[in-house]
Amino acid sequence: MIEILQTGPLNTVQDLGRFGFRNAGVTSSGAMDWLALTIGNLLVGNGEGEAALEVQTFPFRLRFERGTTVAITGADCDARLDGRRLPPWWSVPVSTGQVLELDAPRRSARAYLTFAGGIDIEPVMGSRSTSLRGGFGGLDGRFLAANDRLGIGSAYACAVPPGGFGVMPPEAALAEHFPASQDGTLLVRAIPAGEYALFGAEAERFWTQTWKISSQSDRTGYRLAGEPIRLASPVELRSHGVVPGVVQMPPSGEPIVQMSDANTAGGYPKMAGVIDIDLWRLGQARIGSRIQFVQSSVTEALAAERAVQAYLEDIRRTVPMLAHALAAMSRR
Amino acid sequence: MTFMQSNALSTPASISTVSAEEPKISVIGTAAYLIEAPGAFDLPAQRRIWALAHAVEPWPEVREIVPGVTNLLVILKRTPEEPEQFEARLRHEWDCARGIDLIGKTVEIPVTYGGEHATDLAAVCDFTGLTDREVVRLHWQGNYTVVALGSAPGFGYLHGLDPRIHMPRKTVPSLRMLKGTVTIGGMQTGVSVLTGPNGWNSIGFAELQMFDPMKNPPALLAPGDKVRFVPERIEL
Repeated sequence: MIEILQTGPLNTVQDLGRFGFRNAGVTSSGAMDWLALTIGNLLVGNGEGEAALEVQTFPFRLRFERGTTVAITGADCDARLDGRRLPPWWSVPVSTGQVLELDAPRRSARAYLTFAGGIDIEPVMGSRSTSLRGGFGGLDGRFLAANDRLGIGSAYACAVPPGGFGVMPPEAALAEHFPASQDGTLLVRAIPAGEYALFGAEAERFWTQTWKISSQSDRTGYRLAGEPIRLASPVELRSHGVVPGVVQMPPSGEPIVQMSDANTAGGYPKMAGVIDIDLWRLGQARIGSRIQFVQSSVTEALAAERAVQAYLEDIRRTVPMLAHALAAMSRR
Repeated sequence: MTFMQSNALSTPASISTVSAEEPKISVIGTAAYLIEAPGAFDLPAQRRIWALAHAVEPWPEVREIVPGVTNLLVILKRTPEEPEQFEARLRHEWDCARGIDLIGKTVEIPVTYGGEHATDLAAVCDFTGLTDREVVRLHWQGNYTVVALGSAPGFGYLHGLDPRIHMPRKTVPSLRMLKGTVTIGGMQTGVSVLTGPNGWNSIGFAELQMFDPMKNPPALLAPGDKVRFVPERIEL
């Protein structure tokens, strides 16, 4: 068991998402940064899709009621175990009674806590992800609260040395495959979507300006603030399926990017769609930060996907080897 | 239309309509393809979409399909290596698709028309020039078909609303419309499944549970089902 000692709102149990029910109006949910969740699971010896805690409001504290292995990935939150600082992207064995604390990160938005054996809750419709909107999945469909206790799966603890070990964060390891700006604006690659042509010459401004992520942004979607881009006459489309990453243009002229808890259907004109491999980075963008869209292509997206897969494959291969080697050394 | 076409065609990965009779195929990101039937929102177009959905669903590279209102979103497991080829296959499948009739069940939904939850009934009367009794009668006398589910868990988009009571969505949505509210949105009608913001026009209330995550299937309605609204009470 783990016990939540302190938490803000909106922290939830998430896995890689709930698939196969979009045609019943059920959003996929799942981690906003699937890559951080996947790496966290690999670091504790889990299957890649086990559930984790997604922490996006701070400070956050929990106590372990039994020994296990925990990994902290995603945003760097100055994690401390009984007051001892842990590096980011780190996996470490913990014993009964130890307390893990996370503080607000200076950059990026969400941290992921994964536990050896995963979080022991019943999947609903094939997933342990919390659907806040639907009120099911995760912990009764709600966000975590102080005094909540969650079961931890009873997998073999993986052979992590006492001091733990970590991986190079994907932003660093994959830097050459993800464009970066000089001034900290997040560059998000996107491909024109169904109604792009309706915007004519106006569409140019979609790419050239930077957009600010407004305070009305959450796991459902980001509302972007900037110079509006409007159609000469409003268009209401027939309801159609949408996916996370779709950039819709409501009559206000300020884009909405749907995220993990995206509505399953929409009717607003679609300006663009974020390339799928950039979604984990957008999932780490903070309210108040700036983003700029960069026109991309399937070819470029495929190259980035291959790089991410190679990075993951490297972790899959080396984590067990590294863990065993370090554990053997520490026994000497 | 030629301006739009040439613009869209010059944009890689966003190929638009070729002619008025061709479906429009566009992408959302790298792994989701939206195919939109040409022509009106009618049942023949919807039946052809259902046929397409039926044909595409077993393709090994397909993760999920989401039939919409005369359109189909096809979500792939991964970005296709040859997007043009995939799009050509979709287009070919559409050309081969003939309408199918889904054998649906008939669902009767008891409704309280009017009353405290029918906050937009007066506006519907103003817009349509009908009395509240006529609006209610035209609504419950309709024979409806579930064309698609979406927007919220178990919400069914219904076709078959009498054109005399078509009513545009509200420009300012209700902030907290109750789950179970019977609504009109444009040429569609439905029963809301979540309490929250809603831009459709409320004319009544239904108690029937439309979604239960613990059931299989979780949604009461399915595409092709017939729906009848039964006026349990009329409070005008």
